[in-house]
Amino acid sequence: MIFAFDFIILIFMVVAAIISLKVKDLLSASMIFGIYGFLICLLWAEMGAVDVAFTEAAVGAGVSTVLLIATVYNTKRKSSD
Amino acid sequence: MLSKVFATIAVVITGGLLLFGVYDFPSFGDPNSPPNAGAEGGGESVSQYFITHTYKDTKVPNLVTAVLADYRGYDTMFETVVVFAAGIAIFCIMRVVGNANDPRQKKEREGMHSFTYGDHNRIIIGTTCRVIVPIIQLFGLYVIAHGHYSPGGGFQGGVLLGASFILLALSSDLNSALKRFSEYNYFKLAAVGILIYAGFGLTSQFLGENFLDYGVLQPLLFTDGPEMARSHSMLGVEIGVAFTVMAIMFSIYANLASQGTLKDGL
Amino acid sequence: MLEFLEQTLQPRFNFWIYVILMMIGLWAIIAKNNLIKKLIGLSLFQTAIILFYVSLGVKEDATIPIIEKPPAAKQSETYNNSSKEAQNNRTPKEATPDEKKRGMLSEGEKTAKKIYPKVDPDTIANPLPHVLMLTAIVVGVATLGVALALAQVIFREFGTLEEDEVLKVIKEGGVDE
Repeated sequence: MIFAFDFIILIFMVVAAIISLKVKDLLSASMIFGIYGFLICLLWAEMGAVDVAFTEAAVGAGVSTVLLIATVYNTKRKSSD
Repeated sequence: MLSKVFATIAVVITGGLLLFGVYDFPSFGDPNSPPNAGAEGGGESVSQYFITHTYKDTKVPNLVTAVLADYRGYDTMFETVVVFAAGIAIFCIMRVVGNANDPRQKKEREGMHSFTYGDHNRIIIGTTCRVIVPIIQLFGLYVIAHGHYSPGGGFQGGVLLGASFILLALSSDLNSALKRFSEYNYFKLAAVGILIYAGFGLTSQFLGENFLDYGVLQPLLFTDGPEMARSHSMLGVEIGVAFTVMAIMFSIYANLASQGTLKDGL
Repeated sequence: MLEFLEQTLQPRFNFWIYVILMMIGLWAIIAKNNLIKKLIGLSLFQTAIILFYVSLGVKEDATIPIIEKPPAAKQSETYNNSSKEAQNNRTPKEATPDEKKRGMLSEGEKTAKKIYPKVDPDTIANPLPHVLMLTAIVVGVATLGVALALAQVIFREFGTLEEDEVLKVIKEGGVDE
């Protein structure tokens, strides 16, 4: 654990979370959620949880983003808020 | 508007209470905190037991794999069942079987069909993905087989294998992926994965030990010690998990991308 | 003021940010109108909790939970002999037959300590939270899939993903088939 590294990634995560909820285009929201997943993966790799980081890189950032995009493709891309 | 006011009130109250509770936590990275070292004066904690005894009990250097597949075998087995149940639930919610004139199956998608048939229109993406897919599958198999010695295991390898089929479906179209891995096959494979896992448990039960106590499988696996039997059984269990996770990941994608028709998807 | 920050905030800064992330998720679940946005908020909530669990297992200056140097070959030879002995002695007459059958402590703690150099628990990260959260992530994406399937079915029935429009249609007496 390195304080500066953890702190910067956590700040980035908060920013990514807020942007993914604020943006009105749902496709952009899904992609920014994928960025959030990769930031978490980086944080876990740095914490020493390599297995969890691997799983998050494959599942949280990869597959869940694809599932969200598939749903956005089949429904509407615009969101009211 | 009312919901926003209510949400702000709820968030402020809950967040304030949680932030107040943070003062009682051990500081970040403290090796003597209760989760790491057990309660004060309470002897060895369970995580310390895992760290000191796992290699002796199972001969697996990766502690996470050993704890996942052996000490907490019940937990992992039913987590796999939850993944399977989620796949079945999506099948029941989404899947549309029937005639093509069903209004639910029709969705106006003019202008998109030219992109979705075959990879003739996607020369660069189609060719690149066809080259990449076998490499991803090889890497997935490596992750499953090498999970004892490096980060990895059944869940990660299964997701990678499933992602390779998803990539195939994304790069060309869903039909060409389903030709290689049909609906009948993936649900069969998902069930087979859970049966493999439960089979290891039941076999050790028939040999007179507890459910999922792999040490007793030693005569069946021809190993020179119960520890190696545990190690090999863990590999078998991880393969079962990988089957289920791979199949269910692809089934979730196939149903979500095509709105349950399993025809032209994303 | 600076002392307060250094002493109470800095050692627990990550827990503060996890609480902030979790509250962002909770706010999105309650206040957002779009169902996909609600699901993203739900996932944020879940990842904040998973982050909290994993960071409980962090130890300062500890390495990843993979044992780096397995015991040498000579030691494993001794171990093989002992385990064969334990296998031969597998009779109910022994004092601790149950333990011998499982291969745990087959020769007692004393020899075990001699064969396997004891690992210092403080030098290796806590593997237990990793195990619990690894399965939680995979189950999380499966349940996210179920939620997305429900969202698609709602879109098919109502033609919209906005919560207030769906509620308006329901109040007016539902969709006619």
